[in-house]
Amino acid sequence: MIHDLAVVGGGVHGATVALFAARGGMNVTLLERGALCREASGVNAGTLTMQMTRVALIPYALRAHAMWASARDWLGHEVGVVVCDGLSLAFTEREEELLTYRAGKRREAGAPIELITGAQASAVEPGVSDKVRLAGYCRVDGFANAYLTGLAYRRALLGEGVALREYTPVAGVEREAGGFALQTPTGLVRARRIVLAGGVWLEPMLAWLGVHLPIKTLVNQLAVSERVAPVMRTVVGIANGLLSLKQYPHGTVVIGGGWQGLGDRERGGVELLPDRLIGNVRLACHAIPALRSARLARAWAGLEAETKDALPAVGPVPGVDGAYVCGSVHSGYTSGPYIARLLADQLLGREPELPLFPIDRLLSPGDAPRGHV
Amino acid sequence: MTHDLIVLGAGPAGANAALAAAQAGLKVALLDEQDGAGGQVWRQPLPGLTGLPVSAEARSGDALRAEISASSVDLRLSRRIWSVGGRFRVDALGPQGNETVEAPSLIAATGAHERVVPFPGWTLPGVIGLAAATVLIKSQGVTPGRKVVVAGCGPLLVAVAAGILKLGGDVAGIVDLAGRRDWLAALPSLATQPELLGRGLGWAVKIGAGRVPVYFGHAVKAAQGEHALERIVIAPVGRDGAYASGPDITLETDALCIGHGLVPGAEVTKLLRAEHRFDRLRGGFVPVLDAYGRTTVERLLACGDGAGLRGAIIAEQAGRLAGLAAAHDAGVVPADRFAQIADPILAAISRARPFSDAMAGIMALRPAQVAAIAPETVVCRCEDVTRGEIDAAHEAGAHDLNQLKHFTRCGMGPCQGRMCGDVAAELLASKVGSREQAGYWTGRPPLRPVPFDALMGAFDYSDIPIPEPAPL
Repeated sequence: MIHDLAVVGGGVHGATVALFAARGGMNVTLLERGALCREASGVNAGTLTMQMTRVALIPYALRAHAMWASARDWLGHEVGVVVCDGLSLAFTEREEELLTYRAGKRREAGAPIELITGAQASAVEPGVSDKVRLAGYCRVDGFANAYLTGLAYRRALLGEGVALREYTPVAGVEREAGGFALQTPTGLVRARRIVLAGGVWLEPMLAWLGVHLPIKTLVNQLAVSERVAPVMRTVVGIANGLLSLKQYPHGTVVIGGGWQGLGDRERGGVELLPDRLIGNVRLACHAIPALRSARLARAWAGLEAETKDALPAVGPVPGVDGAYVCGSVHSGYTSGPYIARLLADQLLGREPELPLFPIDRLLSPGDAPRGHV
Repeated sequence: MTHDLIVLGAGPAGANAALAAAQAGLKVALLDEQDGAGGQVWRQPLPGLTGLPVSAEARSGDALRAEISASSVDLRLSRRIWSVGGRFRVDALGPQGNETVEAPSLIAATGAHERVVPFPGWTLPGVIGLAAATVLIKSQGVTPGRKVVVAGCGPLLVAVAAGILKLGGDVAGIVDLAGRRDWLAALPSLATQPELLGRGLGWAVKIGAGRVPVYFGHAVKAAQGEHALERIVIAPVGRDGAYASGPDITLETDALCIGHGLVPGAEVTKLLRAEHRFDRLRGGFVPVLDAYGRTTVERLLACGDGAGLRGAIIAEQAGRLAGLAAAHDAGVVPADRFAQIADPILAAISRARPFSDAMAGIMALRPAQVAAIAPETVVCRCEDVTRGEIDAAHEAGAHDLNQLKHFTRCGMGPCQGRMCGDVAAELLASKVGSREQAGYWTGRPPLRPVPFDALMGAFDYSDIPIPEPAPL
């Protein structure tokens, strides 16, 4: 049989495209080399904040936040989303300047961030340090329980009749009359159109089509405490974006912020650097002093994809009719569902509500394949 | 680099590895979490505690501790090792806070932890592990309760029962998963180590003299009590570990010491991404090793029960071998000298093997015992995950252990999956086909939970090496 659409890559981006394309009436298959949402989409810090989102993505992130907040309605399953206030803290004069500038830019882009004093920040978040000089305060914030993402999407996709192929690595794609043939260990899977949604693996995936799109791999370290009594009620970050901190309803506190560990897309996140882990933890405990008495239970690393301009790669693949790419979205967990839904709209022949991020801008002459299909 | 070699764990394996390498001329750091060398098997009494019965194990431990003191080994005790990385860097919390040692070679000799196959009531106060009981007995001379039942399988059963009797305690019964037939079948192999067999028989005589009832071929079906343990119900089992027909027996007790063998603590080799394979006899997933203890990661070696259960005798020898191999690989022991020393050790290991295999066989996990766990029984006690929830997660699509963790939080608690991991993997393996399919928890730091406070130490905000801002 020939599917209307084959999505390669089962993270939030691929799974969302597959879900909405299927809802729009397409016959969809989703291929994932492992299980759904076990890479970035399942191991990220789950932060749904505007204060770490790139300015150009704010309009998308705001709409995506609304989607996460109503995940039960469109996804049908619980991902542990908590909507709460968010604070971005400044502890030094330099950070005050940085925060003032960055919050201003994000506000211009539509994020409802206001600047408040340290005393006001303590009123919003009683757990916060008394050393705060200035804080960005945003009521559109929150977090999800990222490790539940795969379970929720799995149920939703199966419920929508998507032919889910987990543990099915794709080795390559052949263009053929009327579409594409994807090589898998169990034979060829055929589809009229394809979406490549491989996160940091977008670079090798696009190479199947003769397109060279360099994707940088970030190795973000994360840490989580044991369950502890409540120490905070908001999402807390710092001015330069290198901290994300929140306490889950079951009591664990997740510490993130994108401190880099060691790894690459071939081996994954293979090693955490203890000095950076300690630095990240110090920053967290400086922000929320009561956290000091907790214990570190586990730390890990997740991969994040970044293009040359750190903006998404979402749109048609130049020179290959019927092939699309979706991924490399900065803070992609936050914005992913909305941006991927926009691509599904385009596939369904609807005008996307906001513009996509075509990759032509990222390709050097000669990077696109020669000769159109 | 601060040292030529780092050895993690100062039990029979690690201590002998460190001594062998130091003797060959390496500058060795030997780290252990406890405040004395000797590991679990040769654990020393707490400082200042006198008058404890002297055992053969205590004597072995004292001899080892004296040997380390007389050597050039840089022994660092009370170190909670939490991070191992690089090639190689070890971070440990000690009395002075976080400290770092570095060396081009590393030997993991981290020992084993105990396995308890869950049953209703196993989380009641008063129920403890068999190995935990040995800690109480050896280090503090304390019996686990007033009227103790010792249950499970393996040599620890008689060791714990005899230890309690020696301290003047009361043992209400020994409940042994293995039947008389199993022990008889093992006897020829056990007889290859007359000294150890003699020690075991000595324990058995003590137990006989104490008129302790022994229930061969029985398992604990339930532990019961209002707020703490008051009684247990035992029932006969077949050789495969599944309940067999026969009457239940109720025993009044305030302390149940129970263990179903040991699981290799291979966290360090997993963290460093060495290749592992499943070996039921050796207790679970163990690092793939050559004859000398080299893993698939260059200059990383492993020995002792943490690399696969083989007991203390082989651990000592395997430790010597690994220490020697590390020294050889570092270029300080020429090949002919290496072979000259290693060959007799390899021969000693071969001789000890039948005994070790027989013991490991009696302690190995019995799949039918795991299959018999009731749906409402808690498997992951940190996160309260029941067998039924594990089965449901498999139904919902969880096909390996790490995915099960995502779906249920099984293994995410403070024990870091040590207590539940082997049983959860066995449950999943029964659905997905094999332990290899089910896999094992990905190695993650910290190797033990560590307090943030101790980890961070004193610092100023300006000391934090905050990276450059993310792009706007």
